[in-house]
Parts: sequence; C-alpha cells; structure tokens
Amino acid sequence: MISRRSLLTAAVAAAATGGLAACAKDGGGTNTGNGNGKITLGFSQTGSESGWRTANTKSIQESATAAGIDLKFSDAQGKEENQIAAVRSFIQQKVDVISFSPLKVTGWDTVLKEAKAANIPVILTDRGVEADASLYVSLLGSDFTEEGKRAAVMFKEICKDMAAVNIAQLEGSTGSAPAIERTKGFAEAIASETKFKIVVTQTGEFTRSKGKEVMEAFLKSHPEINALYAQNDDMGLGAIQAIEAAGKKPGTDIRIVTVDAIKDGMTALAAGKINGIVECNPLLGPQLMEMVKKVKAGQTVEKRIITIEKDFYQKDAAAALPTRQY
Amino acid sequence: MSSVIRHRLFWPLVALALLLLVNLFKKPDFFAISVINGNLHGSLIDIALNGAPLMLVALGMTLVIATGGIDLSVGSVVAISGAIACFYISGQPDQNSLSAVLIAVALALAASLVLGAWNGVLVARFGIQPIIATLILLVAGRGIAQLITSGQIITINSAPYKIISGFWLGLPVVVPIAAVMVGFTALLTRRTALGLLVESVGGNAEASRLVGIRSATLKIMAYGFSALCAGIAGLMVSSNISAADGNSAGLWIELDAILAVVIGGTSLLGGRFYLGGTVIGALIIQSLTTTILTMGVPSQGTMVFKAVVVIIVCLLPVIRKVRSTRVEATS
Repeated sequence: MISRRSLLTAAVAAAATGGLAACAKDGGGTNTGNGNGKITLGFSQTGSESGWRTANTKSIQESATAAGIDLKFSDAQGKEENQIAAVRSFIQQKVDVISFSPLKVTGWDTVLKEAKAANIPVILTDRGVEADASLYVSLLGSDFTEEGKRAAVMFKEICKDMAAVNIAQLEGSTGSAPAIERTKGFAEAIASETKFKIVVTQTGEFTRSKGKEVMEAFLKSHPEINALYAQNDDMGLGAIQAIEAAGKKPGTDIRIVTVDAIKDGMTALAAGKINGIVECNPLLGPQLMEMVKKVKAGQTVEKRIITIEKDFYQKDAAAALPTRQY
Repeated sequence: MSSVIRHRLFWPLVALALLLLVNLFKKPDFFAISVINGNLHGSLIDIALNGAPLMLVALGMTLVIATGGIDLSVGSVVAISGAIACFYISGQPDQNSLSAVLIAVALALAASLVLGAWNGVLVARFGIQPIIATLILLVAGRGIAQLITSGQIITINSAPYKIISGFWLGLPVVVPIAAVMVGFTALLTRRTALGLLVESVGGNAEASRLVGIRSATLKIMAYGFSALCAGIAGLMVSSNISAADGNSAGLWIELDAILAVVIGGTSLLGGRFYLGGTVIGALIIQSLTTTILTMGVPSQGTMVFKAVVVIIVCLLPVIRKVRSTRVEATS
C-alpha cells in the first residue's frame, strides 16, 4: 500500500517536474495531491516540556483530524538531531507538507535544502530559524518582540493612576528567543513614558520556584518595587507567593503583567492577583491546517503569520476562564 | 590560633561569612529579621527556606559518597516525590484534609525509598558502577515524574501541605526538619559504629567484606537514605510553590549537592565523611544564589560569577597547604 502510494506520488511529481518547486511561491502549481485525495502532513514537535507545549501538540493533532489531513506526528524529545532525522524521514516518505517547531535557530540549512530538492514545502511553527528564507514557505507563530510591546501597553493602561512605576522584570531562560525578544520589545515600548523605570531584572528560568526565589530577593534589595513584568505566567505565580509572604498585596501594592495566559494564570487574573496577561497562543492547529491546504492548493501564503492572540485584563478573566483549554 | 586555621571547617566558614558580608555593601540591613504577618521575614530566612532542600539532598549524598559511590538520580527523585504527593492531593475531594496530606507524604516517601533501594541493588548486588546505575534513574525518573503529572504543572490548594514549607509559630518549618535529619544522621553515624562501617566500606569495600562487614547491605541503605532525603526535599520544593513541576523540580540539584559535599571536605573517592562540612557547603551554595540576586548580577553573568566563587572556595585551603609545605621545605 505504502509503496504504491509513494510510487503514485513520485509519478505525479515527475509529471509536474520543475513547476512544483515554484508553486508554493507563485501560486501557479498543478499539484493534485498524493492520489487518495488526502493531504499528508509531517509534523515534528520539540518535545513535551511544558503545559503550553502539550496544549500545542493537542491542538495540532485535533485540528488535523478535523480538517481531514493525514498527520504523521513525531516527538523530538528535546533533541535537535531527532528533529532533523524526523524531517529527513518525512522527505523519504514523500509527505505533501512538512512542518516543525525548530528547537534551535541554527543547523537547518542542509535538511531544508533536501526538502526543497524533493519539492516538499516547509512551514515553521512557533519559532524561527536562521536559514535562507527561500527554504521555507512561512513561519506561523507568536511574535515575541510584539508580546513584550503589548506588555508595555498593558502597563501604561493599568498604571494610569501612578506617578512613578518601578518595575521588576523576571526574564525567561537566559539565551532563549522568547526571553531575549520579550525583554527587547518591552524595553523599547516602555521607554516612551518617563514614569516607567525597570529597576531590577534577572532570569527566573520560566519556572515557579525560581520566580518565587528571585522575587523574594528583589523585594528585599529593592523595596521601591511597585510593578512586576514576568515573561511567563509560572514565574509570575511564584512571585505572587513571594509578594504575599512579604506582606504586600499582589495586584494592588504591586501591579503585575505576565505572558502566556495558561489556566492557572487566568485564575490568578480573575482573583485580582494579576492585572493583565499577554496571551501567547499555543492553539495554532486550525491556522496551520488552513495554511497546509492553501500551500497544497498552490495558493500564496504570507511569509510570516502571527497567531491570533488577545490581551486579557482582569475584567476579561472571568468570562475567558471556563473555556480555557490549557 | 593555628589549630583554628587548620580545622577543616575553617575555610568553608570563612567563605560563608565573606559571602554574607559582601551583601552588606549593597544592602546594609541584610542581616535584619523582621516579623511580617506573624512570620519571621528576612534574607537569612530566605537562605534557610530555599537552602533546606539542597541541604537534605547533600546530606544523603554525603553518605553515598562515603561508601565510594555517587547518586545522580536525586534530582529526579525530588521531582517524582513532589509529583506523587501533589497528584494524590489533587485527586482528593477535600484538599485541606490532614489525613489525605499525611497519606500523600507517606506515598511520596515510600516511593522514594523504593527508588533508592533500586539504585542500591543495582550498585551493590549487580555491581554496576554507581555513576551509570544512578544515571538510569536520572534520565528515566524525570520521565516518570512527567508521566505522573501528564506533562502539566499540578497546582494544589492545600493548607496542611503548605505547612511543610511554611511557618509554624512564626518559624520556618523546613529548618527543624533539616536540623532533625542532620542531627539524627550525626547521632546514628557518630554515636554508633555505623559511621565507621560506612567509611570502611568506602575505604575498601572488598577488605570490609572480608572482615565481616556487610558492604552490600550498607550500600543499599546509603542509597535508600539518599533517596529518602531527596524525597523529603521534593515535598519541600513542591510545597513551596503549592505545585508539582515534573519538568523543572530538582533540576541539576545533584550537581549542587555533590558540590556541597566536596566543599565540606568529603573526598569523592569515598571513606571519611563530614556532615558538618556538607551543611556549610549547602549554605554556601544557597548564600551564593541569594548574593547574586541581592547584588544584581546580570542574568548572563550569573553562571560565571558562581563559577569564580566556587573556584575560590575550593582553592582557599589548597593554597594554604601549598604555602605551608613550601615554608616547611625552606626552613
């Protein structure tokens, strides 16, 4: 069965020689699928390191079924070499479209060229790569710099009544793309108003316990802190415990904005302990499937597609909470 | 005076004191302890609260290292223990039930003991090298923890469970727990022959066996104890954030624990061990973290800062030795 299908795919590919390579870009393709009418998508996930990632995986699997797309799913378990091997095996299996969330930004040139040589379009999700942009069709995911800017906008909104805002910043894992870009975007956007000042910044490694430990020290070395920007919900949740232990009221004495909008974060937002959350949406499955179909049909897609995301203030939390999936 | 300087705990204590004093430059009231909401509050309290898990893990590690072994799996045991306790409590209709919390704690510690016994049996009965035997659980254990939590962070809301890392009569509960464990271990190893037997096994396992010491049983006990300590540390870590984080709880704690043991003067080759040294070693490592945060070292520089301090702490006694041998040679 498999060999018959791959033979058919090979025959189709051979018939449309040359035209296919450009079809994803200029939309002039004649690609008609792999013979059984069902699109095959090979997807390589980074691993299952967090609740966010689990929700991401679930979204992709469910929306593939819903869209009638045949999904070949591979989990790289946190290793880039597994991911490269998975992409190679997708090429050999002659899937219609390859998609993956690159673990690291570098090391992708060779395998992306192989995919291009085999006329298989590649869509990146969640994170980008440092490779020639012609080697992939599109990048679907959050814009981390933009998330930092959105956090700054939220601060301007929730701190309207304050004369001086002394912000403590909990950064993500040092060197990771979200940590670098969320710091950059925030610093750029907050600078426009002089009452905002980032008084102290340190990594909380994206975890609750580190977020709590770092905030404990911040509160003692910088008693003037009256705002907290945590680059994910978990660090913010840990910091809230430290703030309460120091006898201050999170959300009132110290205004808090976090990024992600996981269920626990939204619960704290609804309870008034967080003032605002910038959503970083893992549920990009439906958008991805739509893109796969477009690419397959030879239509043009944008080089960079931002996932649909919202900003949540306290008033929005109660309504959004019951439908929160992750 | 020279006998004071020659004491093995002298240099670690000097390092600890210097580390704490450095903070005074940045924050003159670093040593101040106040009362907030009826609980003690201050940087020193933070060091005690956050350092207690590391101290316990390092305590168990000391005995394992004394038998000539090493236990790399403690970080994973920390994660598993917290995951089991939080998973059990999260499934209860009343999370504030004391009996449920006690059962959760018992389950977590029992599981830790089983994992420790597994390590011990692999090392002592099957003769697998300790670094390999415990590496198995280092890798697999974190997977087990994530399996228990289904890859999510399990958040619980249980007042009795919170007490483990909370306050009782205004005092942080982790401090007496750690003190009792250290005291109990010191009593058992220094007031009975057990300590001597452990050192003998670490010195020469085969010779010990030939004189009638049950090396294998002692080793299994050491690994079991190490896992038990890690299990208690896991309860503290998860209670501290009221959540089980299978992915990051106890991550790399084995390295900090080994470092604490070495700073304390115990040789990685096995044999003689120093519980007091380990306690100070653990305090040095936690104080270092607190110092980095108080001094405001940028995130990118924290690792380098830590490394430099650790190198200095490890070199201090060595430099003194080199100099004294030189003086002896010239005189």
